[in-house]
Parts: sequence; C-alpha cells; structure tokens
Amino acid sequence: MNAPLRRVGVVVMVLFGLLFANLNWIQAYKADEYRNSDYNGRVQVAEYERRRGNIEAGGTAVATSKETGGKLKFQRSYPAGTKYAHVLGYKPVNLGDTGIERLENDFLAGTSDALLGNRIKDMFTGDESGGGNVLLSISKRAQDTAYEQLRNNRNGVKKGAAIAIDPRTGAVQALVSMPSFDPNPLVDHDTNVASAAYNKYEQDPDGPLKNRALSEVLPPGSTFKIVIAAAALENGVGKDTEIPAGPSWTPPTSGTEIRNAAASICPEAQVTLMDAVTESCNTGFAQLGVKLGADTVKEKARQFGFEQGDLTVGQLGEGGLPVAASRTGDMQNPDGGTDPAALAQSSIGQNNVRMTPLQGALIAGSVANKGRQMRPYLVKQLLGPDRTTSYYNAQPRELRQPVSGQVADDLRDMMVSVVKNGTGSSAAIDGYTVGGKTGTAQSAPDRPDHGWFIGFALDKNGNAVSAVCVELEQAGSGGSAEAARIGGKIMQAAIADAGGR
Amino acid sequence: MARSRRNAELSLLALAMVLVAAYGAIVEANLLDTVTRDFWMPAAALGLVFFGMHLVIRWLAPFADPALLPAVALLNGIGVGFLRRLDLGKAAPADRETLAIFAGTGGRQLAWTLAAVILAAGLLVVMRDHRAVSRYAYTLGLAGIVLVMIPAVLPGRFSEINGAKLWIRVGGFSIQPGEFAKLALLVFFAYYLVRKREVLSLASRRVLGIDFPRGRDLGPVVGVWLISLLVLVFEKDLGTSLLYFGMFVVTLYIATERVSWLLIGLVLFFGGAYLAYVLGGTVGGPFANFYTRAEIWLDPFAEPYDRGYQLVQGLLGLGSGGLFGSGPGAGEPLEIPEVQNDFIFAGIGEEIGLFGLTALLVVYLLVVERGLRAGLAVRDSFGKLVAGGLAFTLGLQVFVIVGGISKLIPLTGQTTPFLSAGGSSLMANWLLIAVLLRISDAARRPVAQGGGPAARPGGGPPEQLHGAPTEVIRP
Repeated sequence: MNAPLRRVGVVVMVLFGLLFANLNWIQAYKADEYRNSDYNGRVQVAEYERRRGNIEAGGTAVATSKETGGKLKFQRSYPAGTKYAHVLGYKPVNLGDTGIERLENDFLAGTSDALLGNRIKDMFTGDESGGGNVLLSISKRAQDTAYEQLRNNRNGVKKGAAIAIDPRTGAVQALVSMPSFDPNPLVDHDTNVASAAYNKYEQDPDGPLKNRALSEVLPPGSTFKIVIAAAALENGVGKDTEIPAGPSWTPPTSGTEIRNAAASICPEAQVTLMDAVTESCNTGFAQLGVKLGADTVKEKARQFGFEQGDLTVGQLGEGGLPVAASRTGDMQNPDGGTDPAALAQSSIGQNNVRMTPLQGALIAGSVANKGRQMRPYLVKQLLGPDRTTSYYNAQPRELRQPVSGQVADDLRDMMVSVVKNGTGSSAAIDGYTVGGKTGTAQSAPDRPDHGWFIGFALDKNGNAVSAVCVELEQAGSGGSAEAARIGGKIMQAAIADAGGR
Repeated sequence: MARSRRNAELSLLALAMVLVAAYGAIVEANLLDTVTRDFWMPAAALGLVFFGMHLVIRWLAPFADPALLPAVALLNGIGVGFLRRLDLGKAAPADRETLAIFAGTGGRQLAWTLAAVILAAGLLVVMRDHRAVSRYAYTLGLAGIVLVMIPAVLPGRFSEINGAKLWIRVGGFSIQPGEFAKLALLVFFAYYLVRKREVLSLASRRVLGIDFPRGRDLGPVVGVWLISLLVLVFEKDLGTSLLYFGMFVVTLYIATERVSWLLIGLVLFFGGAYLAYVLGGTVGGPFANFYTRAEIWLDPFAEPYDRGYQLVQGLLGLGSGGLFGSGPGAGEPLEIPEVQNDFIFAGIGEEIGLFGLTALLVVYLLVVERGLRAGLAVRDSFGKLVAGGLAFTLGLQVFVIVGGISKLIPLTGQTTPFLSAGGSSLMANWLLIAVLLRISDAARRPVAQGGGPAARPGGGPPEQLHGAPTEVIRP
C-alpha cells in the first residue's frame, strides 16, 4: 500500500502546483488588470487618500474636493451643478468616470508620471499636497450665458446644444448640452444614492447624460449651404455671379419639387450667390449642388472636417472627449450612380447629411479665421499642486485649411450679409461684425424642424474673436432665429470675458 | 531513531508564535498607526493553548511527527490574527486601540481554538491506539451518513447559508455537520476497504491493458458516487460532493493499488458534474444552483455586481495584492463579502501577496505530506488508509476552496482548514490532526521500547519499514 500512498503524495503536489500556478496567473500576470479594474473599490480608497485637484474655469473652481473624515477621505463636489456637467463629467465611487475627470484623472489624482517628483518630495516632507489642477479654456461668462440662454430659450425647446470656440486658437469658450444633469449625486459616497441617480439619468428619454455638442449628429439644414458656397467659389462662381433659382425646382429623375421656406425668397429665375446665401435660397443651392456634382460636394465637406471619426477635444496631444463624425451620407441610386434628387436634398443639408454642433462651429470658425481651422481644445493648462509649476500649456495647432484666404473672405462677406440683411439678424452684436448662417432642418414628417445657427464675431480689426454653433432640437417655427439670438449672446459674453468692448 | 524530537517541536512552535505575534504587530502598525503594548496578547494566548497541546503530545504521543503541531499552529494563528484584523478594520477608528482580545470574530475564533485543541487533546487521551477505532467503524459510518444527510433533509431556513445547504442552524448557532462527517466516513471507508481489499484488487477483467473490477464489486463505489451526487443536488454544493467522492476513490486506490479505480472515479465524477451542469441549464430544478455556479466560474465578470460579485471581488483582492501584498492590515479585505469564511484566503492574499500565499500553501503541503508519511511508515493497513485518506482529504479541501476563490474550479462553500472563522471546521480539522499525530506516533515509536502499539514480541533492531508486511485486522 506504500506505492499508491507515494503516488497520492505526488497527486497532492500536482494539485498544489496547479493552485500555485493559478495564483501566479492572478497575482502576477493579471495583477495590474485587476488592481485597476473598474469594479475594484480598493483603487478608490487609495485614490481618495489624496486630495484630488481642482478643475477651474476662468479662475473659479468648478470641480473641487472637500474633506469628509470618513473612510473615503475626500468628497468630490461640483459647485456649478448642472452647468458644466458635460465638460467635467464626473468621478464616481462605483461607476465609470467621464469627461475631463476621466481624461485628466491621473493628473487630478496626483498619480501621473509628471507628478512623480512631487510625490517623492511629499514622502520626505510628510506633506500631503494632493493632485494637480486642470485649467479649462472655458470662458465662465460665455458658459453661464450659453447655459442660461439655452435653458430659457423662447421656443421652450427641451433638447439642444451650444458650443463656442475661439477661431484663432481652437480654445472652447462654452460647451453646453441640454438637458443637463447634476453630477453631485453621482459622486455620492453612498453607492446606492449614486446608482439610483445614474439609473434615473440613464433612463430619462431626453438623454441628459449625452453630450449633444460633441456627439449628436442631426441634419444641418441650410447651414450646410456654406459648404456648397465654398465649393462653388472654388469652381468659378463669384459671390456676385448669378445662379439659377426660382420659386420651385424639380431635380431630374425626381417627382418631388424643392421649394423655398417662403414665397418671398428668391422667386426670380436668377439671384447672385451672395443673395442666395443671405436669403437662404433652397432652389438656388439645390441646383448649384447638382451642378457641382456629388464628389465635389463630399470632398468640400470632408475638407471642412466631415467624415473625421477620431477627433477628440481635450488636450492638444493625445486623448480627449470623443467627437462623433459628421457625415455627408449616401447620395446614390441603387445602380451606383449619383441620384440628383438625393444630391439636391443633400445640398440644402437634408437627405443623409448629419452634423455635430462642434462641426458647425468649426465651419464658422474657419471662415472667420481666414480659412484656417484650429484644433479645438478644452484643457488650457495643467497646474501642479503648488499652483505655480505648470505641467502643460496648450499650444494652438492648426487642424486643417478647408478653404483659401480669398474664398474665406468671400464666405465671410456672405455670412456677414446674412446677419446684416438676412435670416440671422438676431445674432448681431453692437460694435462687432457678426456673420452667420441659420438652418432649419426637417427631422421627420410629423415632427417639428430643428433650428440651427452657426456664426462668428469679428472685432474692429477684423480678428475673429468667437465662433459659435447653436442647435435647438425640434424647435419648430422660428427655431433658427432663436438659435441665432442665443449664438449672438454667447459670443457677446465670450468677448466681454476676454476684455473686449 | 528513537529520538522523540519533542524539543524540535517546541522550538518550531515558539517560532510559529513569534510569526503570529509579528503579524499582529504589523496589523496594528498599519491600522492604528501605532503598536499597542498589548499587541502580543492574542499570540500569547494561542501560544499557551498550543503549549498545552505540546505537553499532551509529550505525555501521550511522544514519538509523533514534530512538524505537524507547529505547522497547524501557524495556520491557526494567522487565521485568528487575520480575523482580529477584520474586527479592527470594522471598528470605528477611535475604538480600535481598545479592542479586547476576545472581542469580535477574532476573539471568538480564539475561543474556538481553545475548544478545538482541548477536543484534539481529549482524542489523544481516549484513543491510545488508532486501531481501536476500527471497532466502531460501522457506528461511525452510519453517523457519518446521518450527519451528511441532515442538512439535505432539513428545510432551507435551518440549513441554508449563501445558497449552500451545509448547515444545521439552531437559534443563533450553526454547525457544519459535514466537517465531522468526513472524519467518521473515512474511518468507515478505511475499515471496509481493509476487509475488502483482496477481492477488490484481485478479481478483475483486463480491458485495454487496465484491470477493471467485476461488476458486482462496483456496488460500494457506485453507492458512494450516488450519495455524493445527492449531496451535490440537495445540498447544492459541488465542493463537499467532490470532497467525499475524492476521499473515497483515493482510499480505494490506496487499498487496492489499482489505477482503474482512479479512472473509474474520475470518469464518474466529471461525467456526473457535467450531467448536472447540462441538466441545470435545461431542466433547472435542483440542478439550477450548480449550473449558476458553473456559469459564474466560466465568466465571473459577466455580472460583476450581481451573481459574480463575491468571486470578482476576491479576484480583484488577490490581484491588488500582487507579488508582495499590501502588508498585513494595509489592504481592503472587507471589500470582499464573507471574507471571514470562504474567501479568507483571498482576503489574506491581498495583504501578504503571492509570496505570503505561497508560504501558506507550502505549510499546508507540509501538513499533508507529513500525514501521508505517517501513513507510509505505520505498519497496519487500517492506519495507512486512515492517515493517507485524512491527509489527502485535507489537501483536497484546500485545493477545492483555494481553487474556487482563485477561479481554478467552480466556487463551492468549503471552509479553508484552520483559517476560516467557525468552530465546526476548526474542531473537525484539529480532530483530524489528532488522528494523524496518533498514527505518526505509532509509526515512529521504536519497537524496542515495548508496550507500544507497534511493538513486536522479542524486540530486536528497528526494522526496515518500507515494504514491511502489512497486517490485516480481523473484526
């Protein structure tokens, strides 16, 4: 009986060997993955040992940490509540983090490589200096205005977004998505409270957690005419060239005729390109688009930033809040050739054309900035825990040049005319030259139209100081005029904050 | 060879207690930011208890294996220390420095240790010769089956904790009869097999180069297989079922020296488990619990906040500990639900890391291999089977629970021997150690001393033990 006993001894050793191998797998190979898992509460206990840095906009802390005396030493709080929710995101105990809180987590928590020297210094001095601070590019006044104006819009619209950027640098001046949410209950240390709040927001049919300014795409309506006008200007059409218009136009091979928004708009057989933009002449642009061809239209849109799926807004290096790709969409017949009816509809921003509010602001911004489109960013500076050492400073970077300076000047003149003489008059700002383009986009036959406004403001020297895009979802009649009014207010606030006037 | 090695045992025991005291001190340093003047008290109380056991061994089993007691004392001490660490973690920071040594789960475990060691010493006193136990084999076998079946037939509210029906709950008190049943059943198996081993090992048919037993000799193994499957289904616990079946098959193998029994056992067990899994997925009913556990095992992260929560948290704890651990008292074991019971190994593992857990596994391995060695050295078949079976069962239990919490095998409701909180497990495992001590004493006792259980008339030089003829007990 001794031989089997010895073999049993070997069996036990094999079993323990399996345990040992498996523990190696878990505690060595998978250790990092498990240690940093979203489900791992330990990470947080350690994370909450150090005071998390502030996120600030215009010198005011919009995300900060308070000492609690509990197991988790610090409680995150967002003094501005719902106002900055889509920029900041939130840093909860038991849920996934989002926004700038997620993006700059390592720096805010003080665990980034950049702050290593700081941590070592703390070890010797015994201080707890906490995490670093993130300074946003957001203009406090513009953000306040965007939030208040959107929330109290005169059309009573519940869903929409507004974004303002500095066309010269790409700095985001305001970013609001409506409806918004309060991040404070989401970061409650009582995970039941946090989960309940999250579920409430998550199940809300209006989608308050959604960042509409960056990630919602809607048909842009007439704002897309700027892209068509840019293509036309590059293909032998001048701003005073007469183009075919008329009260209605039926594209070849199509039974549906394209009409203008009102009978008073471009009933003449021919109007100048300038007038077509100013009045927002549908028949003119439909014919223009079909004449230019689908490839030219798509290529011009792509040069403005359409189809880019990997743009992010955060720091100017890697990473950032993801931006949904704007699309020109399908304009083809089943046989593969261009469908003139679809192209005509696409040329006035309908059919399958979809655009994010950010893309709208980028179009307006590049027109105002002499054809140069700057990469948008939200993080202006990373400031160490001591508030004196700077770890990052945004160096504005050109993203692309959609149009030449000459074409940009012509587009600018036409957009200025829209605000001076046309549909965008409510965006005007005293002492500044404002240009823009309104848009009214059909969403579905039985739903009210979306209202859009893209625009820019130039100071006395012709420098672009702000570009904006406001979108009011299913705003109905008068939606684009209200969007223009809000756009003007936001730019006015951004100018005032920068010390203009 | 006649050295009793009792002094070696005593110094090893002292070393174990120093380690336990050091563990307690580090826990306090990490949790209280200071080491209180009373940090050594739990270690000293344990040391006193184990020293008493040492004296009993000196008196009643002077030639017992000197490594068993210190190894088990170390495990038990770390268990008490860790449970006290959990109490400190749960207590409000202000109350931590004044936590009494008999307070909380840790204090209760200390008291259970005292009771368990007294019970083990009592067994040494009563059982002067392990072969005497064989007289009660049938009684013990019956008692074992009854103990196993009680939780299965009791209504769920008296027997179910966390989905496993392994308990008898009366008032605020609960015992796990299965822990004791495994000892009783093993004694019965050993006795039965010693009587039947010739027929089981000789009568056979040869198929594909392996000797297979005759159909009618399969009766008992099929019977035990059925019982273990019933346990699986009605007590909803794969671990216990695996434990009983593994215990039986291995003793059968040791008794008959026939690999075919192992093969038959493995095929039957895994076939049965797979059948239960398939039935659980299709039919549900009594098999549903096992199916659920298997599903959690296959992908615990599928429902990390729901069914998979405990396993996920255990894995994250182990992973967070990494190679060296966070240090005793510096981790967050309370993130794991029920960390004081099934998941104690994961909780400890977070704080002592892979290196610490490996050390603990080696200590377990030492106990198991020493038990098997006692089986090798003892001269009677009954003793061989009992020692081998018990040692293997202990090892298998460690495998089942540690494998379960580390996602090697599906998780089952087993206790971690000597570590988990709870009196039943502690007492049963100390009784197991007492039996191993008794058998190792018989194995190592020099024949010349006379009067010993293994003494031969006429004395003579100590003989070669390996391959010595084994005697068969006649009832």
